[in-house]
Amino acid sequence: MNMLLKNREALLVVAILALLALITLRFPGFIQPANLGRVYNDTSILIILALGQMAVILTRCIDLSMAANLALCGMVAGLINVALPGLPIPLVIASVVALGAALGAINGLLVWKLNIPPIVVTLGTLTIFRGSIFLLTGGQWINAHQMSDAFKALPRADLLGIPALSWFSIAIIAIVFVVMTRTAVGRAFYAVGGNPHAAVYTGIDVGRTRFLAYCLSGALAGFAGYLWVSRYAVAYVDIALGFELDIIAACVIGGISIAGGIGSVPGAVLGALFLGVIKNALPVINISPFAQMAISGTVIIIAVAVNARAERRKGRVILKKAEAH
Amino acid sequence: MAEEPMTTRHIPDRLQGRSARLLKSWESLLVVVAILIFTVNSFASPYFLDPWNLSDATFNFTEKALIAFAMALVVISGEIDLSVASIVALTSTAMGYAAAQGFDTPALVAVGLMTGLACGAINGLLVTRLGLPSIVVTIGTMSLFRGIAFIVLGDQAFTSYPESFAYFGQGYVWWVFSFEFCLFLGFAVFYAALLHLTNFGRAVYAIGNNQTAALFSGVRVARVKFTLFLLTGLMSAIASICLTSRLGSTRPSIALGWELEVVTMVVLGGVSILGGSGTIGGVVLAALIMGMVTFGFGLLNVPGIVMSIFIGFLLISVIALPILYARLKRRMAH
Repeated sequence: MNMLLKNREALLVVAILALLALITLRFPGFIQPANLGRVYNDTSILIILALGQMAVILTRCIDLSMAANLALCGMVAGLINVALPGLPIPLVIASVVALGAALGAINGLLVWKLNIPPIVVTLGTLTIFRGSIFLLTGGQWINAHQMSDAFKALPRADLLGIPALSWFSIAIIAIVFVVMTRTAVGRAFYAVGGNPHAAVYTGIDVGRTRFLAYCLSGALAGFAGYLWVSRYAVAYVDIALGFELDIIAACVIGGISIAGGIGSVPGAVLGALFLGVIKNALPVINISPFAQMAISGTVIIIAVAVNARAERRKGRVILKKAEAH
Repeated sequence: MAEEPMTTRHIPDRLQGRSARLLKSWESLLVVVAILIFTVNSFASPYFLDPWNLSDATFNFTEKALIAFAMALVVISGEIDLSVASIVALTSTAMGYAAAQGFDTPALVAVGLMTGLACGAINGLLVTRLGLPSIVVTIGTMSLFRGIAFIVLGDQAFTSYPESFAYFGQGYVWWVFSFEFCLFLGFAVFYAALLHLTNFGRAVYAIGNNQTAALFSGVRVARVKFTLFLLTGLMSAIASICLTSRLGSTRPSIALGWELEVVTMVVLGGVSILGGSGTIGGVVLAALIMGMVTFGFGLLNVPGIVMSIFIGFLLISVIALPILYARLKRRMAH
């Protein structure tokens, strides 16, 4: 039991299974494999974004601008498609991923070169990115009929019975997992967040690592921008408004410590899935969708309390009273 | 999100004189910016320098500034409260519910203040009792508090406020001075005194600079922090009373996104987001600047979202420019 409590991923799996069991009591159809597949597909974008946010949080930073970055890149993808309907979709995707990475690089440079606190930087760029969409379009919408068929079809394209949107998220989970566990830069993310001073002495450039984390989160936000706009077949100024909090919530629920250095790819994925299951279950078990916000708020608080318990390292308490304050 | 001091600290041979320090302070820079914006606005629009117009302009910032005062103290102590806008929404919903039950103005105010205090107490308990990071706790309660407002209201609205309730947001104390503006001035004096003249204020700075050292110097860290979260809850409730009274209606989306504007106001006012430094005077100036910018742009028919871009740039550049300036000066010296 103690082992289980210590292992956040196992705890999350149990929590999700318990949640599914509860939902099934009210609505047996929910755990049909086809429906679970739909729930996963619906959560794909959140998973992709949570993985980007995870890299940033691991380095003791935070990216509040991800949803605004997504919205800007999605709008640009739409505009490119309207202007050049014949342009192959991979090129559209490549250009918005590059744009997203560039926007992330702006965050990263401000944090790296000017030492401005990440929360201030991304709070500022959040409003700037979203405002830029308005400057770009004058508040105009891009509607489904203006987008080319190929643009809208890609996320729905079927491969082995699974939509491409799900495949994209599976691929990104795999890539980020390899980056985090098998590459130098992935380990640097953990090192920088775990102990920045020690990281410096091992030859890691703390600022540069943070910069790379922001580039990654930006690139993933850019990619998610295309997926969002093509999936919902509409682009306007306010898409994904407030979604940055869902992304952070997914990370916190997934056991990624806001203090940096702790967290795993499976954790982030499970955290996102937990929110995805709740979001998809509420309507079918006749709870007003208006309750979703309060529920995810409660879940965040419980998750952070559980995480804090797990992170408390007993060996480091030197002055007991000081620790308790 | 503790930032590590990587660079060695430069300790000068002697302190600068009082006047030199004052001249180089963040607040004097803000005064210059404020005067600049005021002048540009007066030239840009012939309607700017009308006393009644200026009085209307104060509504752009008074409610947010009320929250920003308490937020400044929280940020100086090294914490943050992102749930303030949701407290405004929940408080407004509670008052709207009470008004729908037929309660009169004094009871509504009491309900509002109690709701705000309760929200603040929840934040404070989670941060001090369980030792959780305030940024995550208040992101959670931000969803929770507004979520409750959504559960109560859904897509409905409360509009049945008694007539006397309108005074808080629409009443004038004397000539062009609105009740809200007087409240703003009163609380500015109160918070300046609390932060700069009392033991409590010194304790807030001490906690922000070094929490462990403060604890061993006999500061009751948990109690001070809890009080700060209570204060933000209370100020959010007061802001909510003003806003609800001014709009005359409550929707669950009321004050959406205000937490970002309040934090911007605090940071623009020279309060370090890492804790430990900042003044109420700076926050007052930042509130005036943000209010004048929004109002000036409004007179020029600039859409709200473009104003928010400007605020975003302002936030980043006011922090980046002094850093760049200091770096340039160091390079010149070498």
